[in-house]
This record gives sequence, structure tokens and C-alpha cells, in this order.
Amino acid sequence: MTDLFDLRSAEAPSAPLPADVKPLSLEAFLAAPGNATAVRLEPGDDARALLPHCDRLALVEVSFPVFGDGRGYSSARLLREAGYRGELRASGDVLVDQLAALRRCGFDTAAPDAPLDAAVAKASLTRFADVYQAAADGRTPIWARRAGKEG
Amino acid sequence: MYRYDSYDQAMVDARVEEFRDQTRRRLSGALTEDQFKPLRLMNGLYLQLHAYMLRVAIPYGTLSAPQMRMLAHIARTYDKGYGHFTTRQNLQFNWIRLEDAPDILADLATVEMHAIQTSGNCIRNISADQYAGVSADEVADPRPWAELLRQWSSFHPEFTYLPRKFKFAVIASEEDRAAMRLHDIGIQLVERDGVVGARLFVGGGMGRTPMIGHELRDFVPESALIAYLEAALRVYNRYGRRDNKYKARIKILVHELGIDDYRRQVEEEFAAIGAQGIEPPVEELARIRAFFAAPDYETGLPETVDRSDPDFALWLDRNVAAHKAPGYAIANVSLKPVGGIPGDATAEQLDLLADLAERYSFGELRTTHSQNVVLPHVRKADLPALWQALDDAGLGTANLDRITDMIACPGLDYCALANARSIPLAQKISERFARAGKAETLGELKLKISGCINACGHHHAGHIGILGVDRKGTENYQLLLGGSAAEDCSLGHITGPGFDEDGVVDAIERVTDLYLARREDDERFLDTYRRIGMAPFKEAIYD
Repeated sequence: MTDLFDLRSAEAPSAPLPADVKPLSLEAFLAAPGNATAVRLEPGDDARALLPHCDRLALVEVSFPVFGDGRGYSSARLLREAGYRGELRASGDVLVDQLAALRRCGFDTAAPDAPLDAAVAKASLTRFADVYQAAADGRTPIWARRAGKEG
Repeated sequence: MYRYDSYDQAMVDARVEEFRDQTRRRLSGALTEDQFKPLRLMNGLYLQLHAYMLRVAIPYGTLSAPQMRMLAHIARTYDKGYGHFTTRQNLQFNWIRLEDAPDILADLATVEMHAIQTSGNCIRNISADQYAGVSADEVADPRPWAELLRQWSSFHPEFTYLPRKFKFAVIASEEDRAAMRLHDIGIQLVERDGVVGARLFVGGGMGRTPMIGHELRDFVPESALIAYLEAALRVYNRYGRRDNKYKARIKILVHELGIDDYRRQVEEEFAAIGAQGIEPPVEELARIRAFFAAPDYETGLPETVDRSDPDFALWLDRNVAAHKAPGYAIANVSLKPVGGIPGDATAEQLDLLADLAERYSFGELRTTHSQNVVLPHVRKADLPALWQALDDAGLGTANLDRITDMIACPGLDYCALANARSIPLAQKISERFARAGKAETLGELKLKISGCINACGHHHAGHIGILGVDRKGTENYQLLLGGSAAEDCSLGHITGPGFDEDGVVDAIERVTDLYLARREDDERFLDTYRRIGMAPFKEAIYD
């Protein structure tokens, strides 16, 4: 694993957790949560199983073994919709051209297998001034801007 | 027609810059082909046998004269002088250089066009009834709904890496001109208690495993449509199969779960998602709807048309449909000249269509899933002059919904997936049946050709379908009978062993001769097939 990449803007409220935190698998966490505050979700895991535990979790790491498997985007969004406020981290085959969508689905950080070009990453996160949909990042969708609502 | 505001324009402009940067990184080697592939696909750029193909989106098949002119410009400047209309109402260019693609997208953006999500495992261009807004039998114009869906689905962050592609169609009539039931989600606008909303069908599709969509919900009001679709897509994104790309479409998920279990999951998701504030206000649909207001039709126009020229009279009977406004008509322009390549148009023809749209159709054109073009608002009095201009340019063929008005995929002449050629076969069939007016004698007969099992040429839904396969290294064609993509949706059945290219043309001749011998009253080919069944056709073909 390379360095953590912070997807949030400079005024992010808190620093991410260290890159070497070792989250439990969902199965291990559900079997014996102990004092664990970090869980790792694989693409086939049901993120809803974590909903009763949202308050105690500080980190949910969502694994992307291959970038083309988009299940992790739904996992992230439904955790955010259920009120999870801890860190959401995308790990694995995370590429620079996925960052904007990850951010929109509520991810805070990325732990990519291969290092990201910082300049390209920044450009990809800031390229679209507006967005068409409401998602998990709190951005005001275009339809709300048109209606004069700044969300 | 819809016009971009500064927000829409900024989105496509940003997309052009993004793709320019991605292309630069690919050409520099920073992106591998595996990494670049989904990015280019989501911009409509597809690698075929000989070159890149760029598929330009024509949302819900509506375009303006300046947009059509831009397509002509691109054909002339970056391609070999022609373009190909597709079964998703789009237009594709088959001879594109990767280095030119960003400039082409920039050109498109100047006329409010793009190639966003015309390929890839994402929500594709939203298709619609080509007679939207002009047919008398619709409950509402489906295009504002389709535009709402276009915006919602563009760059959707959660649904950019779906298990497989996802296709929507929107219609608003009982008559289905858009193959609605053969889409991943088909939407039929319906009126219930004086309120227009969406009746949803899910899990239709063609490909290797053709299926007709199941009703998912009888009515979704416009105030909940986006949330409901988001729920439907989320269940698919989470549970659609990813282990086998041929089982990854939503039709397989719905088939494996059963429609009731899939519906239950969607309803649960919808209950959770409904409170998230993701639904655009109804004022947004109203804002979009205002762009689709009817043009300023003249009143007091004559209803009669001079039929003294028999060639014109035939075109009038075949290609012209009733318009809801008195004195106006819908003119279909066939891109299926005898012996031609179905759906192809030259840059000169595209320019001419733009000119004719300005002169005769309030500057508006439509494309159809049958690979034709429509001028939607023509004064009846202008029809003779319009036909003359079309005919002079090779666009006056009077064969709408006849056997020669066939759908055909690009086949082995272009496509890396194909097993057999489609175009030469289409040309042979066209020439055979145009001879001695046989196509006209046969009446409505929808023939559809796919060059491989992926079914881009809709062979499952043809009254007569042809599937090209590879049989021990030689091209072989299977024949199907009895499919329909319309409101009487059905899937065709294979007649039996396949044929070589000439053999399948002969087999179609025998099949149609049997129909002519056995038809009763005004029966279409499809009606006769349904009445008498496969057995007599098999006998005619193989005995």
C-alpha cells in the first residue's frame, strides 16, 4: 500500500486515520467486535450489516480489488445515508479517474495500490464545477441551483 | 427542443477537457489500455476491427438542423464522409483516429452535443418514441422525462461501474415504436386519475439471452421517479452478477431473483432512499417541459395532397404518418435505399436533411431505432416538394416497415465481435425483394439482422430475424420467425439448421411465398405466422 490520499478539500474537519490501521473483516467484526473501531468491506459484503454499529466505527475501508467492480460505491453511499460519520476509505485498485465519483459517494480517503499523480488527481477532483445529482458529498445539484436553492 | 443553460454547457465543456487529458495520458503511456478502455468507452470511443468508432449521443433521438450539420462536418473532416445511424438513435463514425477524438468532442460541444455514456457499463443514452410530441395517441411528450433522466444519469457517481450496460427507453403511447419492453428499464408514461406518471418495466433485453421486460410498478409519480430509479439501479449495482459478462445484465438478476423478490428489494431501498432529498423538484421537470412546447403551427392549412405522381403517392402512403396538428404530417426518411447499407448517410445527405428540416420542419429532426430519420412537422402542402428534394438525393425510398427497411448491425465488415457479415446480406435481401415490387406486396414485414449472438441488429425481435454465426470457420446464417419489438412484443424462434448467404435469402423467399399463399384478409406476415405456427414454414424451407 502506498500513502493515503485525502479526497477532501483543504478545510477537512479532521486528519485521516493512519494508513497502517488494520481493520477487521466484516465477518470477524460481526462475530467478535470487541473494541474494534475499524472494518474492511469486500465488494460482496453487505454494508447494511454495519448499520447497527455506525456510531462506534471510526473507519470503514471499502476494498476495490479491480477498479471496474463498482459495488463499493453503493456500499459507501448507503453507509452515509444511514448516518455513518466516520472515515470512509477506498483501497486497492483505485485510479485517478475514479476519485471524483468516490468523493461524491462519500469517501474521504483513498489508499491506492499504485501511487497517484498528485496534479492529475487534483485536476480530476476539481474539474466539474457542478453536479447533476444529489449524492453523499453534500454538493448542491444543478437542479437546486436553477431553483435558486443553494442547499 | 431542449437548450443547454450555462450549467449544461459547463458540464460538456468540462467533459471535453477531461477526455483531452485522459487521451494525453494514454498517448504518453501513463494510462494502460486496460485503464483507458472504460474511460474512452464512457465517451463513446470503441475500438473496432480497423479503426476507432465514435458514437455520438442523440438524446431521445431529437436533434436540430445545426446539430445535424455538425454531424456532417465531422463526417467530412474526421471520417470518410459518412456516418451510421444506430439502433439506439445515435450516430456513429467508423473511421476515427484517437488523436482526433478530443477535437471532435469539442466540436460537438459547440452545438450542445456529446458522446457521454454511449458505451461502457453505465446508463446509456436514453431513447424515446421518435413521434414524441407529434403523435395524437400519447398521454404526454416523453422527451422532458427523458431529458430529466439524461441529466440524472450523466456522470452518476454510484452507477459508473455497473455490472454491465444499462438502457432506458421512454414512450407515452399504447403503440410502442421504441422497443420499450426490450430495455433494461422501459418507461411508459400513463395517466391515472388525471395525473401523468411512469409505468415501469424491468429486465427486458436482447443479446444472448433475450427477455421481455416485466412490469416493476404500475405507477410512479413524477415526484418520486428519480428516487425510485436510483433504488432500482442500486439493487442491480449491488447484486447483478459480475462473474460472467454474459450474465451481468439486469435481466439475468431479475430472472434469477424472480420479479417479485427484485421488486421487494427495490421497494425496501426506495423506502430508505426516499428521505435523502435526491429527487429534483417537480418544477425542474416543468422547466424542461417548457422547452418542448409545440412550435407555432399555422392554422387553416389544406388537408389534401396532390397524389397525381404515383411514385410520390406511394411514398406518401408508406413513409408519412399522421400528425396531431391539422394540416401537418410526420415524414419518415428511409435510410434503406435498395441495395444500400442500412442506416448509412453521407455528409451531403446529412447537410441536406438539415436544410430540409429548416425549410419544412421547424428546424427539427428525429432519429429512429430502425435507423431512419424523421422530419416531424411538415405541412401537408409541402410534402411533394420535400419528397422531390429527398428523392433527388437518394433519400426518397418508399419502404417504411417493409422487408427492405431492415435493421442490420455493422457486422464483420467493421465489428470485432461479429461472426458474420451483415451488410452484404442486407444488400442482397434488399435487391431480391425490391425486384418486381415484392416488398410492397408483402406489406408490413420487419426484418432484422445481427452478425453475432450479441444481437445488436435486434434479430430476436424481427418478424423475420437473421443471426450470423461462425460454423467451423465459415459464415452461417440462422433464420428466426415471429419476433416483435412493438406493443405485441415477442421473441422469434429459430427455424432449424442455418444457411449460407444465398441460402438464407432463398429461405426468406420461401417463407414469404408461403405467407402470401396462406394470408387471410389484411393479415401481416407476423399475424399469419402466429395463426398457423412454425410447422408449415419449416416444411416450406427444409422439405
